[in-house]
Amino acid sequence: MHKLTFWQRLYLPEILRGMLVTTRHFWVNVLRQRHTVTQQYPEKPTYVSERYRGRHRLTRKEDGSPRCTACMLCATSCPALCIHIVAAEHDDPTVEKHPASFTIDELRCVFCGLCVEACPCDAIRMDTGIFALAAEKRENFIYPRELLLGDGVPENIAEGKAPAH
Amino acid sequence: MAKQLTIDGKEITARDGATIIEAAHEAGIVIPHYCYHPKLSVAGNCRMCLIELEGRPKLEISCNTPVADDMVVHTNSPKVVEGRRGVLEFLLINHPLDCPICDQAGECGLQDYYMSYGLYTSRFQEEKVHGRKVVDFGPDVVFDSERCILCTRCVRFCDEVTHTNELGIFQRGDSAQIATFPGKQLDNPYAGNTVDICPVGALTSKDFRFKIRVWFLQETPSVCPGCARGCNVNVHHHDGRVHRLKPRRNDGVNDTWMCDTGRFGYKTLHENRLLQAAVRDEAGELAPASMQEALAHAADLLRDREPANIAVLAAPQGTNEDCYLLARLTSEMLPGCRVAVTTGEPGDEDDFLLRADRNPNTRGARDMGLPAPASPDELAQLATAIEAGSIQLLVAVDVDLETAFGAETFARLAAKLRGLIVQGSTKRPGSEAAHVLLPSAAYAERDGTFTNFQGRIQLINAAYAPPGAAQPAWRIYRRLANLLGADWHYPNHQAVWADIADTVPGYGVDYADIGEQGCLISSES
Repeated sequence: MHKLTFWQRLYLPEILRGMLVTTRHFWVNVLRQRHTVTQQYPEKPTYVSERYRGRHRLTRKEDGSPRCTACMLCATSCPALCIHIVAAEHDDPTVEKHPASFTIDELRCVFCGLCVEACPCDAIRMDTGIFALAAEKRENFIYPRELLLGDGVPENIAEGKAPAH
Repeated sequence: MAKQLTIDGKEITARDGATIIEAAHEAGIVIPHYCYHPKLSVAGNCRMCLIELEGRPKLEISCNTPVADDMVVHTNSPKVVEGRRGVLEFLLINHPLDCPICDQAGECGLQDYYMSYGLYTSRFQEEKVHGRKVVDFGPDVVFDSERCILCTRCVRFCDEVTHTNELGIFQRGDSAQIATFPGKQLDNPYAGNTVDICPVGALTSKDFRFKIRVWFLQETPSVCPGCARGCNVNVHHHDGRVHRLKPRRNDGVNDTWMCDTGRFGYKTLHENRLLQAAVRDEAGELAPASMQEALAHAADLLRDREPANIAVLAAPQGTNEDCYLLARLTSEMLPGCRVAVTTGEPGDEDDFLLRADRNPNTRGARDMGLPAPASPDELAQLATAIEAGSIQLLVAVDVDLETAFGAETFARLAAKLRGLIVQGSTKRPGSEAAHVLLPSAAYAERDGTFTNFQGRIQLINAAYAPPGAAQPAWRIYRRLANLLGADWHYPNHQAVWADIADTVPGYGVDYADIGEQGCLISSES
């Protein structure tokens, strides 16, 4: 083990040197709060980079209907097999196919983003920035189409709102 | 007289009158094509099967060029590839880019050949011609004129195979499209084949539409159990569920076709399944039991009666292996018991594929030692014997008892019977009266052989494991026989087949030699 020098063995000077660091941080935190490293999460929303892969969402066409055509390329590319789509005939023959149900098991999801890469219609994105998913039951982690489209988002996972810990 | 020619440097002998594409396919050289179909007339309109013939200035279509001596054919030279690329570019000019919603994606000729030969960036700047989408052609077929490449396979199928002539090409140029004749629907009993032969996504099946993407499906070669013909099929399944049947080529049985009755027969596979064995308890309730308990109970019931008071009523739904062990079980362990086979209600028959006998193995059951199908009189005699009390125990195998005896008669018989052992893959009318229920595997879940009405032994293969406690029937018979004191060692279905090959006349063929096309019962011995 490293042998203490005479100066260190005096004890008090080193203590004072340490206190100096503490005091400096104290005044920086008090006087220049914007430069503080510590984040006040969950009281304040944290910074999420633009490219961050958060919880999925389904996008909509201009008329408000889901962009998804139920081609199942996301489900095909998914390494965790967490996307389940039931396709159905659309009333409009120019649309032809749409997802009658679209669920993602967020507990199985590994957030790799391959579904977003695979989607030919830009119908699925992971740009919500939501990373703290919380629910009290496993079933509640199986997100249905409506939730992914942003309809009826439960309060605890509403965008921008931190979960209650 | 045979012709000698060279295709891609390979010396080939082809029969006189064969076309180059046929000779090449026989030699294992695949030439891309859309409109050519081995079982339809030559149309020569897709131009995809272009080949280079030495000595000819232009590329020729291989589907309509007969072979000749000393021909030298190149199927993959740069000139040919360039030609195919051009053809593909023309075919794709008006083709919509809707692969994500097209059911054909994954098994589409346009996709496949684009990946092999196309790979160009589209030079087409004009507006694509838009056609009719989601056109209802008939009970099972939906048409999309934008995706159609006008290969006319479907038209030729309806003209030449079913002779029903529902389809035609109307208008010209880029307005040309396939349609049904006015007032007609594509509703012939073989219409499903038009979807199979459509090389693109123009014709899709309503039944299969959007259910699953084809790349999730696994294929298992098997035989359609819908009637006594036994059309060769591929069972397309995923995750223990069959999603469709597709015909598999067998020139001796079904060419490349199958009827819609058989095609949609897979639906009953997952309905009303018997998943657990059951035994009637003292209170008279049918209570779930383990297979072992149920078999022990069945063995007790069989042991408690004189064989003369036992009757076995079977439908020829089982494989040869099942029937063979059932025949052995009845003759060796229950000598003197009454055995009858019932084929159920006959269905419609046509002069093409569909047979009136809706059982896959009537011929095989008989060859395996079970009696010939009982006449209505014989079934009535059996009913009388049960009512008179001379038959006290009935073993029903794959039988719809209410159909066999009539619902009212069966209700009387059920009250009279001291024991009713029901074995089958589904809950059938009458099976709720059973004292012992034994769940067995359905045809997509077991290995074995069927013998069709022509005497062709054909393999069926298990696509996935049987659900629940269901077991292959031969295994149930083996266990039952061993409980009754036999000493049978059949580790698998091949072992049963080895016994069949040794003992049943005409069946002396190795299991491995039956092959995908099946083999005819030999007339020797």
